[in-house]
Amino acid sequence: MSVPTRPGGAAPPLPPLPLPRSPGGGGRQGRSPKKKRVNESISTWRLTDRIGYVLMWAAGLLLCAIGIGILAYMAFKGLQYLRPQLILSSPTADVDQSSSGGFLDPLLGTILITLIGILIATPIAIFAATWIVEYGRPTWLARLIDSGIEIIAGTPDIVIALFGLVLFQQGIFGWMSFTATDGAVFGRSFLAAGAAMSLIALPMVFAATREGLQSIPLHIREASYALGKTKAATIRRVLLPSVKANISTGAALGMGRIAGDTAIIVVLLGASLTLDPEGNVPGLNVLKGTGGTLTSYVYNNSPAGEGNAPQKAYAAAFVLLLIVLALNFAVDLIARSGAKTGLETSRLGAR
Amino acid sequence: MIDPHESTARPAQTTDEPANGMMPPPIRRITLDSQPTVALPPSQDAVAIANTGDRSLAAAGRPKRGVAGPERMTISDLSVYYGDNQAVKHVSLPIRQGEVLALIGPSGCGKTTLLRTLNRLTEVTGSARREGLITLDGTDIDSLEVTEHRRRVSMVFQQPNPFPMSVFDNVAYALREQGSKRPKKKVLEPYVVDALQRAGLYDEVASNLDHPALRLSGGQQQRLCIARALAARPEVLLMDEPCSALDPKSTNVIEELIVELRKELAIVIVTHNLQQAYRVGDHVAFMYLGDLVEYGPTDDLFDNPKAARTRDYIGGAFG
Ligand SMILES: Nc1ncnc2c1ncn2[C@@H]1O[C@H](COP(=O)(O)OP(=O)(O)OP(=O)(O)O)[C@@H](O)[C@H]1O
Ligand SMILES: [Mg+2]
Repeated sequence: MSVPTRPGGAAPPLPPLPLPRSPGGGGRQGRSPKKKRVNESISTWRLTDRIGYVLMWAAGLLLCAIGIGILAYMAFKGLQYLRPQLILSSPTADVDQSSSGGFLDPLLGTILITLIGILIATPIAIFAATWIVEYGRPTWLARLIDSGIEIIAGTPDIVIALFGLVLFQQGIFGWMSFTATDGAVFGRSFLAAGAAMSLIALPMVFAATREGLQSIPLHIREASYALGKTKAATIRRVLLPSVKANISTGAALGMGRIAGDTAIIVVLLGASLTLDPEGNVPGLNVLKGTGGTLTSYVYNNSPAGEGNAPQKAYAAAFVLLLIVLALNFAVDLIARSGAKTGLETSRLGAR
Repeated sequence: MIDPHESTARPAQTTDEPANGMMPPPIRRITLDSQPTVALPPSQDAVAIANTGDRSLAAAGRPKRGVAGPERMTISDLSVYYGDNQAVKHVSLPIRQGEVLALIGPSGCGKTTLLRTLNRLTEVTGSARREGLITLDGTDIDSLEVTEHRRRVSMVFQQPNPFPMSVFDNVAYALREQGSKRPKKKVLEPYVVDALQRAGLYDEVASNLDHPALRLSGGQQQRLCIARALAARPEVLLMDEPCSALDPKSTNVIEELIVELRKELAIVIVTHNLQQAYRVGDHVAFMYLGDLVEYGPTDDLFDNPKAARTRDYIGGAFG
């Protein structure tokens, strides 16, 4: 059944490579009387390998300790002061901590700004990533887009915030925020802050989507073409569905980043204590208005701010931490469920 | 493949017809309605047997051959280059309805490349360049809309490549219109089941059609890909080593399917298994380093190879 192999003698066997035998090892096997498997012993390792091994363990344990430390401290402090009515009541400005209300408005603000940011970022990121991976011609344009997103990813949030403020104070963006009678545009609102926040999340969704698409082997695409499907149909029905888990992972990570951002809130949302709707169209008025989030609330009420309610700051910080942790947990869940499709997801390499 | 008839048939081989025990299969010579590019003079069975002596393939009885129908695709003077490397060199072949064309040859001789060219998939490969004419029903395939062409000329790949979705969706995808989600599951189900049954996979996946396709075994995945290609109702089916990942039983199912399908469509199959080429092929083309060395009716090519290369290549397979 095989192609006739070429005649000719086999090459003479090679002499064994003269390698120094490692100390220990070897000889031990014969001695064990019981049928016990002899595992690789660290005593046979080189010193540098042994040090490296210990460092790996140490680094892991250290990070673990820091993570648990933060969580435990925040839980201890936060739970001490956290009361249901704190979450359910709006804050009021008061020098006395006992009568300055809760942080319902900042909590809603966090949720709202996160939603706005991710809803803007996700579609743009998906379109960009799909174009880069599936089309990407001309190459210079693809490289340009790549660099553009890298710049966005590398820009500090305070710089994005300042840029956003300059931009959204222009007349054509007047519809997004409060406009004074003299025509000056305030430039601060949920819409403005959400748009700036989308830039924080966009690189993460973009990277996750691109990585997912790149990990799909070429033969999957060819299988689709071979069935007479167009490129568009292939992208919509085969490629994007199979990177759903990547997209969700990127989006959840991006939402975590938005929820935790402070600079954009201070500069572009006003970081006010309560939600201050603008205009009288229900719904839109909130979006056009200013407000605050848990991050700005924590900052204002911390000893560094002027609110002077450190206990509430701890409680709010704990809630914020829980939100971000929940998002990270969601990432893990998505990564794991992504394994159901059989394609490995980018993060954590679902087993 | 061990043939149960082999041992009993041996004493009878002196007769004109190679008897094979209880059920001698009828032998039908292939009628050619057009001359193959590398036509061989038809050989008589008796001559073949006399020439080759005690040959198990002759003694085992010939598989029933298909009846050649109209010529569906014609390859004339086809060359394919990857950069400067010429993978297919001036190949001309007819592909007819009603019969199976088996492509054989050593690894790297351009079989896959030839198949991909028929499906116009080489166009997806940036470095590939094609020369020569391929027609489908007399029309230059370059002048056909490419997705339309690929739906008529479907392909099963060397490596199983199911989509990362459920078993059902894999087959349903082939049935649906471009990018559309209609028709709904209910409407598609009988078609999906039919395709899976024909590929011999249905019994194994019937209990859970929502099972992710990539969790199937390699052989099951390949049969799923065959089902997927069949669901598209192609007119020409290209199969690149469809059975290389399959066990003998599934191979049998696929071979029976091929023999069954050749009535309604033209089939080109690439195989490294010469026994398989012999069993299912009606014509065989032997390629070597991009050249078409020999092409002819299966029985002739195996009994009486013209070229020394062919003889060397198939020499190890029988007898
Ligand atoms: N995408 C590609 N780019 C460049 N060269 C290629 C490509 N695909 C195949 N080739 C070359 O073309 C030649 C023929 O390859 P092909 O895959 O058609 O062989 P084959 O007959 O199918 O082999 P096998 O039996 O191993 O599948 C080989 O020399 C190979 O190196
Ligand atoms: Mg091949």
